[in-house]
Amino acid sequence: MLLASLPFYPLISFILLIVFAKRLSWHVASFISVGAMAIAALVSMRLVLELSAMPDSVMTANLWHWFNLVTKQGSSDVNMSFYLDGLSAVMICVVTGIGFLIHLFAAAYMKDDANFTRFMAYMNLFIVAMLVLVLADNLVLLYLGWEGVGLCSFLLIGFWYHEKANVLAARKAFIVTRIGDTSMAIGLLLLFNSFGQLNIEALSSLLQQIGSSGTGFSTEQLNDIYWIALLLLGGAVGKSAQLPLQTWLPDAMAGPTPVSALIHAATMVTAGVYLIARMHHLFMFSPEVMTYVAWLGAITLLLAGFAALAQTDIKRVLAYSTMSQIGYMMLALGAGAWSAGVFHLMTHAFFKALLFLTAGAVILALHHQQDLFKMGGLLKKLPVESALFVVGLVCLMALPGTSGFFSKEAIIAQLWSSNTAGPALWWCAIIGAFITSIYSCRLFFLAFLGNKRYRTGLVVEKANLMRSALVVLAMLSLFGGLISLDLSQVFQSARASISFENEPSWLHSVAIATPFFGILFAWYYFKNYRLTKGQDDYVLSASTHSFAVFCRNGLGFDSLYKRLFILPYTWLAKLNRNDIVDKTLMSSAWYIGLWHDVMTMIQNGSLRWYLAAFGLSILVLVGVTIL
Amino acid sequence: MSYFASIESLFYLAATVAVVASLKVVTGNNTVHALLYLVVSLLAVAVCFYLMGAPFAAGLEVIVYAGAILVLFVFAVLMFGLGKDETQHAPQNSGISNMFGAMFLAFALLIELVVIINNAQIQQSLQVKVISSKSVGIMLYGPYLLAVEIASFLLLAGLLAGYHYAKPESQGSQR
Amino acid sequence: MTAIPLFHVLVLSSLLFTIGFTGVVARKNTLFILMSLEVMLNAVGVAFIGAGSAWQQADGQVMFILILTLAAAEVAVGLALLIRMQKKYRSLDIDLLNKMKG
Repeated sequence: MLLASLPFYPLISFILLIVFAKRLSWHVASFISVGAMAIAALVSMRLVLELSAMPDSVMTANLWHWFNLVTKQGSSDVNMSFYLDGLSAVMICVVTGIGFLIHLFAAAYMKDDANFTRFMAYMNLFIVAMLVLVLADNLVLLYLGWEGVGLCSFLLIGFWYHEKANVLAARKAFIVTRIGDTSMAIGLLLLFNSFGQLNIEALSSLLQQIGSSGTGFSTEQLNDIYWIALLLLGGAVGKSAQLPLQTWLPDAMAGPTPVSALIHAATMVTAGVYLIARMHHLFMFSPEVMTYVAWLGAITLLLAGFAALAQTDIKRVLAYSTMSQIGYMMLALGAGAWSAGVFHLMTHAFFKALLFLTAGAVILALHHQQDLFKMGGLLKKLPVESALFVVGLVCLMALPGTSGFFSKEAIIAQLWSSNTAGPALWWCAIIGAFITSIYSCRLFFLAFLGNKRYRTGLVVEKANLMRSALVVLAMLSLFGGLISLDLSQVFQSARASISFENEPSWLHSVAIATPFFGILFAWYYFKNYRLTKGQDDYVLSASTHSFAVFCRNGLGFDSLYKRLFILPYTWLAKLNRNDIVDKTLMSSAWYIGLWHDVMTMIQNGSLRWYLAAFGLSILVLVGVTIL
Repeated sequence: MSYFASIESLFYLAATVAVVASLKVVTGNNTVHALLYLVVSLLAVAVCFYLMGAPFAAGLEVIVYAGAILVLFVFAVLMFGLGKDETQHAPQNSGISNMFGAMFLAFALLIELVVIINNAQIQQSLQVKVISSKSVGIMLYGPYLLAVEIASFLLLAGLLAGYHYAKPESQGSQR
Repeated sequence: MTAIPLFHVLVLSSLLFTIGFTGVVARKNTLFILMSLEVMLNAVGVAFIGAGSAWQQADGQVMFILILTLAAAEVAVGLALLIRMQKKYRSLDIDLLNKMKG
């Protein structure tokens, strides 16, 4: 009962806000939306407590029967029903808990916006869709939530729709993720076609049953699984901004900062990770695709790391770092380290939300200045924010003791000996960690150390609401690693037999030491970023080296895609300016028009002419009969 | 029996009269003359009917077509008043020369009829293949009863329509 | 016994029909058109009678009677329309009736 009601708290809030819109004052609107989130967060805590008391750690709630899918083997029900196990419990905690804190922050952050209620309504709607996504017991319902979060993402990126760049970014995000969604939809159709089942639980047991039976899978079925897994991976890649479809995420930073924190860092972008974790029983039967997942994650984390090194916009640095961290999660999933991946998902949600929100607070204090090279020296002016930011960065770098350390080390530890990963991927992860700490340091130096490079005065708000949310997030980031995440029951079947015997002994020490090397490197390499040069108004500019520019532009993927897809498409469109298809269709209209003219000419109103035509047609008819 | 007095020759003669008279109907300029030619044509066709062994039909042709329908035409012509249409442009010649064609044709028919009536052999051979009006009547009120009913409705409709269109406008409901 | 061959009867019928049709199409005076129509109907009657006589069946004459009825009704309506037309246009020129166009 409690489970079934969970998505309805934010839904009711959404409906109230969207209906009454601007008639609500800031107090009422924020009370409704944040209150709904608070209730949802409490309910999910309660649910998790109840769940842990249960022997099989599974809770289900059936709301109503949605529709029936008829197959050759029989019919399969698609229900509006929720399914809660360890994996979705983690997700609802992240979604409602962090969602609540970000709502709290957003209520203060967006206070002066004219469309405050609309913003909060969209945020609530996003939570609804995300909860549906993670709680869905069948893939159709999951897809509903999947598209729902995509819609909210689109609406919120383009929230300030008066500026063209925001609208373009929203459109880009929507179209690029749509490519992934289409792939996922095809995957679902193929899945249903091959196994006649879209219920996750039933599908899992079906796969187990076939896999453990004497005959195992037929070649055809294995082939099907390969393609299904690949197509689902396409969906996950689109949503989680991984390699081929990653270009939308940096542009999505055009949205308000709480949106970036909630949707484009903590929750929605991890939906792809969730999808793969949820479908792990399918992926496990296709080791090739698991390897692809791992490699995709590894390449993405490296590329995003390089891109983050050269960014000038504080939010874009964080966006690339998000991509890179999701790359780690993908790498973990691909390596079969399911629990570690989901754990990293959770801790990443904590510290990335913290980083984004703190960045938001800094941006707000600087009158919406996002350029790192126009910040500097904020450590003294904004001590609280700086401290919180440092906490987030430390977690991001995975220094020992923080939550990021536990999760990232858990991932890296399992890479070397994994069947579907290996030493090469381990090295990728290590280099990634190295780069992570370098760009984290660069970010910190640029923003908080060095000269003061901003012109306007600081707006230091004593918004306790914002501060409290940030502090809670910081606590979670620091000590979230102590949460013992027991997902063994979810991934019971996935207990791969990894032998850690022939691993070199220096593995763990290298992994732990890497971030410190990164800090050391950055300390000297970015020396001029951190040192105070004495005079104020010192102008520091970003490197104009061609490689740096190349990295800043997201390693040229945007221009590559422009060359590969957009230009040929516009060229084709230009080529077809006169629209051949339309012309063909219009020729039929022309033909009809021609006959219209002939007919009007014939219908001249002269009765004798009609009679003659009558006679002529009889002549023709009779003539045809004779011949 | 002469070659002239055979049924065939009489038929072809009547047919020729009918065709010539019809041509004159179609090509004529004077309305009344055309009507007269039409009468001749109908009469010639009636003779053909008679020779084909349908005396009942021949009688109906004379009575209904040449008698009733043509009288209707004549009344209509009277109402319109002549000299306003094509007759206006036609040469206004009158007198016996103008009527000569119709008179000649009618005369030919008359001779033909006399020959038929006089010739016993023709009468006899006609008797053999005649279809009696009795059998026609039995057919009409047997298998064709429905058609007869429909025809009666058609006549009623014609009556109503004729009345409606021909009445003066002041009596009509419209305007 | 001698009989007129059906072929010749039908030739006569066709001739009359064609003449009537020519009249209907070629004449401008509506009264002449009506008369030509009578000729055409008559031609059809000839065909029926001829066929009935050739096969010694009464149906041909039955059909002729029905055609006769039709002709009577047609003439009644047609002449009434002519009267109407004469009143409206003061003329019987059929080309004046040219309002029926697309």
